[in-house]
Amino acid sequence: MSEQLLNEKDVIHAIWSAILKLFGEHGASQVNLALIEHDPQKSYAVVRCLHKALEMVKASIASITEINGKPAAIHIVGVSGTLKALRKKSAM
Amino acid sequence: MRKFVDPHLRPSIANSNQVEKMINKSSELGYRLIGIPIQPNLMRDTIHELQRICSDAKIDIVTRLDLAPNTPHELLLDLRRFRRRFEIVSVTCNSKSVARQAAKDRRVDLLSFSATHLRKRFFDYAEAELASKALSSLEINMTPLLSLKGFSRIRLLSRLRKEIAIAKKFGVPVILSSGAKDPNLMRSPHDYASLAALFDMPQESALCALSENPLAIIERNREKLNSDYIAPGIRIIRSPRRETVVSTHEKTLSPSDDCERTTSQRKRRDTRHLERHP
Repeated sequence: MSEQLLNEKDVIHAIWSAILKLFGEHGASQVNLALIEHDPQKSYAVVRCLHKALEMVKASIASITEINGKPAAIHIVGVSGTLKALRKKSAM
Repeated sequence: MRKFVDPHLRPSIANSNQVEKMINKSSELGYRLIGIPIQPNLMRDTIHELQRICSDAKIDIVTRLDLAPNTPHELLLDLRRFRRRFEIVSVTCNSKSVARQAAKDRRVDLLSFSATHLRKRFFDYAEAELASKALSSLEINMTPLLSLKGFSRIRLLSRLRKEIAIAKKFGVPVILSSGAKDPNLMRSPHDYASLAALFDMPQESALCALSENPLAIIERNREKLNSDYIAPGIRIIRSPRRETVVSTHEKTLSPSDDCERTTSQRKRRDTRHLERHP
């Protein structure tokens, strides 16, 4: 993520904004997005979304170029169906 | 496992810190091969330095030339001068005549168009037909999709959707590249595949456009630039006894035959050139 320290609100707001920009309100209503976990020190977050909306969320996350007006990028480390498998996969 | 390629990384060559940062980030993001545009007059030492940084980052590098000629004649002159010195040649088509010439010339690997001036995107049916015959590929830079906002991004997405459909219809290979000048605008291959869904490119095609398609061009050109290459499917295999063998004909040639081969190769090249430019 960004070199600046981000709080939970900044991260989820950035993702929601990207979804709204790319897919509009209709698209955003189909995503069911939620922030599960966030560690500002390690710069990672776990986000939950509907399986059907995965590609929308991935595209939206990839399109983020700034958070709070400062350059930032969010890279997807892994995608999984359960939190247990995700932690195993991404070695968090 | 797929070998991902980013054939268009655009760090400022003068800024070695940025070059190193971007190459290392490419490696972290999962790319195994990158292409960096190099000016033809660039010193050999700089190229060696780039190769050293890439080998430290365990990533392969291809030399790439970006041409942006104003006339078809200028394009032909540049191709004649530089083609054999670079592994990838990309042409940014700023006019229709240049676009048509680039599409029908087999020496051009990638056709690139402006992302901001949509009137200068000349990839239509005629262009696609020429490109499919000359084995040229359509290059799509992904950075404008990230940097553009609002209406300009909407128009770009709409244009790309049409171009992808045309390329599919005529069997023109599509190459997705980053075109990033800044490490913040670099994304992983899977992120680009997700972004490609915005212009109706299926996930599998997008992954091919990030791996198999550029790799095919690079392998083809590396083979052609090899000194043992004669023609597609024919190359010299040097045995330990220093005999020269042409692989497809299984024929042993003497050193004098080698000279004949060069002459016939030159004749063949001249004939091809005449066919192309009568």
